[in-house]
Amino acid sequence: MNPKLTRRRFIKGVIASGAAVTTTTMWYVANGQDRPAGYVERLIRINVNGQVRNVDVAPQETLASTLRYKLGLTGTKLGCNRGECGACTVLVDGTATYACSVLTHSVKTGMIETVEGLESANGDLHPVQQAFVESLSPQCGYCTPGQVMAAVALLRTNPNPTREEARQGMSGNLCRCGSYDSYLDGVMRAAEIG
Amino acid sequence: MAYMHIGKDFVPPDVPGKVTGRIKYAEDYTRDGMVYARLLTSPIPHARVLDIDASAALAMDGVVGILTADDVYPDGEPQSTGLKILTNEPTLVGEPILALAAVDEKTAETALAAITVTFERLPFVIDPLDSLAEGGPDAYNGGNTFVFRQGFVQEKWTSDQVASFRAGNEPSAEAPTELSYGDLDASFSDAAFVYENTFTTAGYPHMSMEPRSALAYWEDGKLYLHGGSQSLTAFADGIAGIIGVAKEDLVFVNAATGGGFGQRARAGSVPVYGVPAKLSQKINRPVMMRVTREEEFTIGGARQGFQGWIKLGFRSDGTMAAADLWIVSDNGGKGGGGDAFSATNAISIVYQAEAVRLRGVSIGSNTAHRGAQRGPGENQIAAIVSPILDKAADELGIDRLEIRKVNTPQNGDVGGIQRQPFTSAYMPEALEQTAQLFDWEGRQSRRRQRNGSKITGLGIGQGYHNAGRSGMDGIVMMGADGRLKVHNGVGNLGTYSYASTSRAAAEVLKMPWESCDIVTGRTDLHLPITSPQDGSNSIFTNTRTFWGAAQDMLAKMKEIAASDLGGNADDYDVSNERVHQIVDESVGYSFAQVAQRAMELGGKYTGESELPEDLAEWTQIAVSRLAGSGFMGVYHDPAHSGNPPGFAVTAVEIELDVETGKVEVIDISSVADSGTIVHPQGMKNQLVGGAVWAIGLSVLERHLYDPQNGLPASTGFWQSKIPTYLDAPAKIETGWVDLPDPENPVGARGIGEPAMGSVSAAINAAISDALDGHIFNATPVTTDMIINHVAGISEEWVPLAQNNFRG
Ligand code: FES
Ligand code: FES
Repeated sequence: MNPKLTRRRFIKGVIASGAAVTTTTMWYVANGQDRPAGYVERLIRINVNGQVRNVDVAPQETLASTLRYKLGLTGTKLGCNRGECGACTVLVDGTATYACSVLTHSVKTGMIETVEGLESANGDLHPVQQAFVESLSPQCGYCTPGQVMAAVALLRTNPNPTREEARQGMSGNLCRCGSYDSYLDGVMRAAEIG
Repeated sequence: MAYMHIGKDFVPPDVPGKVTGRIKYAEDYTRDGMVYARLLTSPIPHARVLDIDASAALAMDGVVGILTADDVYPDGEPQSTGLKILTNEPTLVGEPILALAAVDEKTAETALAAITVTFERLPFVIDPLDSLAEGGPDAYNGGNTFVFRQGFVQEKWTSDQVASFRAGNEPSAEAPTELSYGDLDASFSDAAFVYENTFTTAGYPHMSMEPRSALAYWEDGKLYLHGGSQSLTAFADGIAGIIGVAKEDLVFVNAATGGGFGQRARAGSVPVYGVPAKLSQKINRPVMMRVTREEEFTIGGARQGFQGWIKLGFRSDGTMAAADLWIVSDNGGKGGGGDAFSATNAISIVYQAEAVRLRGVSIGSNTAHRGAQRGPGENQIAAIVSPILDKAADELGIDRLEIRKVNTPQNGDVGGIQRQPFTSAYMPEALEQTAQLFDWEGRQSRRRQRNGSKITGLGIGQGYHNAGRSGMDGIVMMGADGRLKVHNGVGNLGTYSYASTSRAAAEVLKMPWESCDIVTGRTDLHLPITSPQDGSNSIFTNTRTFWGAAQDMLAKMKEIAASDLGGNADDYDVSNERVHQIVDESVGYSFAQVAQRAMELGGKYTGESELPEDLAEWTQIAVSRLAGSGFMGVYHDPAHSGNPPGFAVTAVEIELDVETGKVEVIDISSVADSGTIVHPQGMKNQLVGGAVWAIGLSVLERHLYDPQNGLPASTGFWQSKIPTYLDAPAKIETGWVDLPDPENPVGARGIGEPAMGSVSAAINAAISDALDGHIFNATPVTTDMIINHVAGISEEWVPLAQNNFRG
C-alpha cells in the first residue's frame, strides 16, 4: 500500500465530514459519537473476517476505532493512531492497510481481514502465526498483530520472498523492541511451511 | 551440567496470544459503565497554574467529573523532582494539569477545550549549560538541581566557565559530585598516549509501542488497575504508594506490556496511572484513560543526555592507565537519572582503568523527564570511548582487537568505582568468539575501501551492565493434581524472563514443562515480590528465588515421604513426577499424592507456619492468602556477593556515504557473556533487539525542542527516528560464551542492556574508521554532521548543544 496516499485520502475524508483536524484532536474526532451536520448513513454492514457485521459508524470514524471499540476486535493495535507504525495493519481486499488511517465508510464495501480471522475453523494457527511462534518473533508483542498481517499480505503476493524482499515488504511496520531479525526469520519460515 | 529445561528453547505461554491478538494489553479491556478520561496538559514549558475555571465544562452534557492537582495533593504537591500524578507547577510542555471524565472521548475533549487555565509563565531553559551560566534560567521552582536532603539549589558557573567548556576545554568549576579511585596524576604520567576532548550524548524518548493507557475501577473497597509495566509486583508495590491505596487493596492487572526499556520498571515513572485510579474513586465509575502517541512522548521520559569532557591515558602496551570525566547530566523537567555514575563505572569495568575520576553535576532543563533507558550511562559512554580506544591503538601501533584484549576484564578482576569483584567474567572468550564469528581478521582488507561515494568501516565494541540482584522472594504451589504452579511476579515486557525464570523451579523438581503452570498477570493471583525488571537483572535474580522455592518444596516432599514411608529424607530423590527412595524407586509418592499429604499435614507444608524470615510485605500478603490452599514452597533469597556482569562484544561493518552522510550498517555479529544461557531464542532476541536500539543511539535518535517556545519537535515515531526494518541489516549474527556463573544456581546472568552498548560502541568505532579516524565525540552521529565534516565545515552550530541540533 501507499501509506501517504491513504493518509491524504483519510484527511480529506475527515475534512469532508465537517470536523476540525489537528494532530492533537484527531484521535477524539476519529472516535466521535456525534451525528455531524452532513448526514451519512451510520448503520452500515461491513465484511470482517468473512462475517457480515451490522455496525453504527460515525462518518469520521477510523477503521481501527470500529474494529476495536465497536466490534471488540482488539487484536488490531494502536501504536500511534497517525500512520507511522503499522501496529494497526489489517487487510482490505488483500492489501495491507493502516486501519488507523482509513475511514470505515471509505472501505465499507471491502473485504476486511484482521488478526482474529487468520486461524482455521479447527483452531490451527495460520502458517505465519505458527512460524512467528516457532521463531519467537514477538518480544513485547504489541506490534505483532500488525507484523502478522503485513507478512500475510506479503506472502500472498510473493509466496517465496528472499530475505531482502521480506525486509522491504515488512518495512511499513515498526517494532520498538527491535525484533526485526526474528520477524524476518518468521516470514522466511512461514514461506517454507505455508 | 545436563539440564532438563535450562538451555532449551520452549514456547513461552503468552506467545500464541501475541500472534493471535488474544492477549490483552491495558487498553483492550472494557468495563460496564466505563467513562473516558482526557488529560489537559501544559502548553508552556515552565509555569504556575493560577486559576482553573472548569464551570462551563462541568455543565456540559456527558461530563462526569474532573480531577486536579488539588484533589490529588490536598496538602500541597511534593516539593521534589519527579513526575507527579497532576501538577499546578509544570516544568515541561505536556505535563498533565488536570483530567476530565466524560461518557465518550469526544465529549471529554470538547469539554477540555471549554476549561480556562490561567498560567503564570516562568523562565524556561532547554540546554542545561544555558542554565548553568550565571543569570541563566532555572528549570525548577527554586533552582536548577535537586540535592537529596537539601532540596532545590542553584548551581551556577561564570559565563566564561561555560564558554570555555563549550569551546572544548576541561570545566574549571568545582564539581558538587566527585568520585574516584587510584592516583590519577601518577597514572596519567605513565601514559604514552593521552586523548582529551569534550563530548555530547543526546537525550531521546523510550517510545514504547504501547502508549501508557490505563483502566481503573473500585469494587468492594479494592482498586483494580489495568496498566502496563515491566515489573509486575515491584511496580504494583510502588504504584500502591503513589496512589495512596493499601497494598492489600490493590489488584494490578497486567498480562502483557507493550515495551518498557527502563521507563516502566518503577512506578515513579508512570504516576499518571493515578489519574484513572483517583478519578474513578472520585466519580465512582470505571475510568479508561487512553494515552496518545504525543502524550506518550511528553510524559514517557527520555535517556539522560551528557555534556561532558573526557580524558583517557594509555600506556605504550595499550593498557588504559587513567580515565578522567567531567559530566553535566541533563535532568530534564522532572529530574532523575544516575547515568554519569554508571558511565564512569562502565569505563572502569570494561577497560580496567587503573585510576578513574568522575566529576559531575545534574542540571534541569524544561524537557522530557529523565530516567533509566536501556543501559543508562553505560551505553552512551560505550559509543564515546570506543573510537578513542581505536585512536590509541593506531597511535601506539596496536591492533584494535588487541587493545581490547589487553584491557579486558576477566575472572578474578575487580571493577567499578567501588572496586567490586566479578562473580565471573568471560569477556576474553567473548572477544575471541566475536572475532571468529565476524571474521575480523579476514575482513581487515575491506577497511576504508571506497566504492563510489561509499566507504567501508569496521568497528568492534564492548558493552557492560551489572546483571543480577538478590534478596527477593519465591513461591511455588502444588495441588492435588500434582501440577507445579510457579507464582511469578516478574512482569511480562517481552523478554520472556517471567517464563524462563520459572523453569528453574521445574528443573529442581525435574518436572516436565507440560506439568507446570506459571501463575502471573494479575496480583490477586498472589505473587511474590521481585526486583523491578530493569538493569538486566531478572534472569539472575529470579532463577535464584524460584530455584530456592522449589528446593524448599523438594525438601518438604522428601521429609513427608520419609516420615510416611520410612528412612531419612536424604534417602529420597525425585523423577517422573514422583518422590521416591533412591534405592527402591517403587517406594514413594506421586507428586499428586505428596501434595495431598502436605495439605493434610498443613502447617509449614501449606504456608501456615515456619515461614522464612525477611519475606517482603508484598510476599507476606500473597503467602497469607495462599496459606492452607495447597502444598507450598517458599523462599527468601539471601544476598549474593560480587558483581554479576552482563558483557557483550560486537563487530560491525558499515558503509558510510560521504555524499549523503548516511551510515548503513551492513553486518553485525554479537556475542554475549551472560553465564549459562537459559533460553537461547530469548537470548537471541535480546541481542538483535539491542542491536537495533544501538543503531538508534549511534546514528538516529535524539529529541529536539524549539528553544523559542520550549515545544517538543519530535513527538512521533518518525521524528524521533526509531530504527526501522531498513535501518537494520537483514540478518544479525549472534552467539554466546555459555559458561556458568557460580553465584547463580543455574549459572545465569543478564544481557538486555550490554547487548545494545556493544553494538553502539562498534558502530561509532566503524564511523571513525571510515573517516580515517575522525572522532565526532557525539551520539548520534547524524547525516548532517558527517556531511559537514566531509565538507570541512564545523560539525557544531552550537558546541555541546543539548536537546537541539548539534550540527
Ligand atoms: S496505529 Fe496505525 S500506523 Fe500506528
Ligand atoms: S515486539 Fe515489541 S514493538 Fe515489536
